[in-house]
Amino acid sequence: MVVALIIIPLLAAMVAWMIPSNRWRPWVLVPTAATHLVITLLILVNGSAPVFGGWVVMDPLGRLVVLLLSVLFMICGVYAVGYLHYRSELSNRVFVSCMLCFLGVTTLVASAQHLGLMWVAIEAATLSTAPLIYFRRTPQSIEATWKYLLVGSVGIAIALLGSFFLAYASLGQGSEPSLLFNDLLRRAPEINKTWLHAAFVLLMVGYGTKMGLAPMHTWKPDAYGEAPGVIGALLAGGLTNCAFLAILRMHQICNAAGESVFANRLMILMGLFSMVVAAVFMVNQRDFKRMLAYSSVEHMGILVLGVGIGGGALYGALLHMFNNGLTKGVLFLSAGNINLAYGSKDTEIVRGARRRLPISGTCFLLGFLAVTGSPPFGPFVSEFTILNGAFTAGRFWVGAGFLMLLLFVFIGMGSTVLKVVQGRPLSRKKTAYRDGVLTALPIIVSLLLVLMLGLYIPAGLQKMLHEAVVFLEVRP
Amino acid sequence: MLVTVVLLNLFLLGASRIRSLVQAAAIQGMILGILPLLLQTHFSMLPLIVAVAAVVLKGIVIPRMLHKALRDVQIKREVEPLIGFVPTMLLGAIGTAVSIAFASKLPNLAGHLELIVVPASFSTVFTGFLLLITRVKALTQTIGYLILENGIYIFGILLLEAVPFLVEIGILLDLFVGIFVVSIILHHINREFASQDTRLLSSLKG
Repeated sequence: MVVALIIIPLLAAMVAWMIPSNRWRPWVLVPTAATHLVITLLILVNGSAPVFGGWVVMDPLGRLVVLLLSVLFMICGVYAVGYLHYRSELSNRVFVSCMLCFLGVTTLVASAQHLGLMWVAIEAATLSTAPLIYFRRTPQSIEATWKYLLVGSVGIAIALLGSFFLAYASLGQGSEPSLLFNDLLRRAPEINKTWLHAAFVLLMVGYGTKMGLAPMHTWKPDAYGEAPGVIGALLAGGLTNCAFLAILRMHQICNAAGESVFANRLMILMGLFSMVVAAVFMVNQRDFKRMLAYSSVEHMGILVLGVGIGGGALYGALLHMFNNGLTKGVLFLSAGNINLAYGSKDTEIVRGARRRLPISGTCFLLGFLAVTGSPPFGPFVSEFTILNGAFTAGRFWVGAGFLMLLLFVFIGMGSTVLKVVQGRPLSRKKTAYRDGVLTALPIIVSLLLVLMLGLYIPAGLQKMLHEAVVFLEVRP
Repeated sequence: MLVTVVLLNLFLLGASRIRSLVQAAAIQGMILGILPLLLQTHFSMLPLIVAVAAVVLKGIVIPRMLHKALRDVQIKREVEPLIGFVPTMLLGAIGTAVSIAFASKLPNLAGHLELIVVPASFSTVFTGFLLLITRVKALTQTIGYLILENGIYIFGILLLEAVPFLVEIGILLDLFVGIFVVSIILHHINREFASQDTRLLSSLKG
């Protein structure tokens, strides 16, 4: 089952490559995404056996990430068909194939149980997204792709060095060397602490680069700003969460080794710093897609902050991974529509989006309210859980800082969003774009899911989240 | 042999022509590909395959792609450093010294103490970083990334038994695809900007 989940998108990528018609090729995305979603749900209900000698297993953590990836890809897949129809002058062969490859390799990241295999899969996911950022072939998009590749590759190389350090730390206990997470966890108490510390710092920097934590976030505004909205959604909701998964697994090993104090301190520090950087750069941001990139930096900060605080905040962080992923879907897709309609992403030109595009404009506004943690949307619940966790754990300063930064971000982001949404559209700069079924419906579905998570979390998801928390909270 | 690798690092920092940079990186890659075989006590098939793949890829395929990129774009053949050659060489030498001092402080496993693997690895990683930071051309930055990867590969020698065959091949494959994608982007950078100077890539700010 798990194998099918990984192989089907890769096969579909090959099929898409061979279809000659630019018009019909994007439709491969929809059935593939639907199949992936159905198989994912089947695995969640029935469970699945380990394959390849325990290298690929759906553990409680992997199941969460795969579910998010699958739902997000379904939304983005339908949207992409509409988007590519509008951009029919560009060949979409590479675009569609790379998107499908991305789904396959990120599923592999979620299910990989081997330190090396996970690294290979994350690197493959990075490479498969580079051509997607470069889709529009403008000088700016080349610049963004170059920075993305260079910063991302160096980051991922550092993560490889960290993985090697971790492997070296676990050597020399007289047993057969193994880099499977289960074996690493079991042997964690005897692991060499000096090498473990060095490994954790390197892995945090390496996968933190991929996740976009400050100060390694520099590729993010460029890449999200220049990539089509749908790719921004996949990166912000998919790829960054894969890197977060890697960090979670490393944190789990640190916990098992009895080094959680060290790991937690580093994570809280990086989390708060990311939020500060995001808040500073969001003020007076004229480019609304770059603003979304800084919002992503902020939320990645919230995720690692939640994990660093631990306890109830860990549950909040895992729930926030879902909420943030889906809300980013709403924001990036509606921002993509607004960008298409105005041919610009500058708030000096883009005004009155709610008149020009009633659906996308409204969704953009609601998405902004959701992502900044306003009730009744999902992120409110998860951010409140994290805050509650911070106060319960006695970390009052961390909690207070978190609350203040959320407020700053709300104000900074709000001024840009309101400029885009309100007012009258300027008469110049009109394109033929109108909201269609394919480009509006996925946004509405995504928004409804975010709203649902705020009002009621399905029992199945609740159970998965609790299982993941229990799985992560190993004690030495 | 690792001494040769470290000396090549210094040469890379001092080289003023891109062609010699590519060649030095190729030689370094080939040495590193063969090295694991020499350290083995008994002969087996899988490491041989990895070694052959590494030598072919790092010694022949990637240098060829870079040479081709160099020919296609017909850029000026000089390296254009942000910091002069002598200062970067000095920095490289200092970095190597610090690596040796630092590595001797780390708790290495018994049996690995006499090897200079760890300092050589750190020194090569540092060289890669220096090349990435102080050179302006996109192509030389790519070579910096390759050297960085070489440094990590040296550390991997300590883990010969722990890292399985599949992962090693996966890492090599990722490296190959990475350089392949980069060379395509290089081509486009050159076409759009009529240069490979990454200082021109600075319109995205804020």
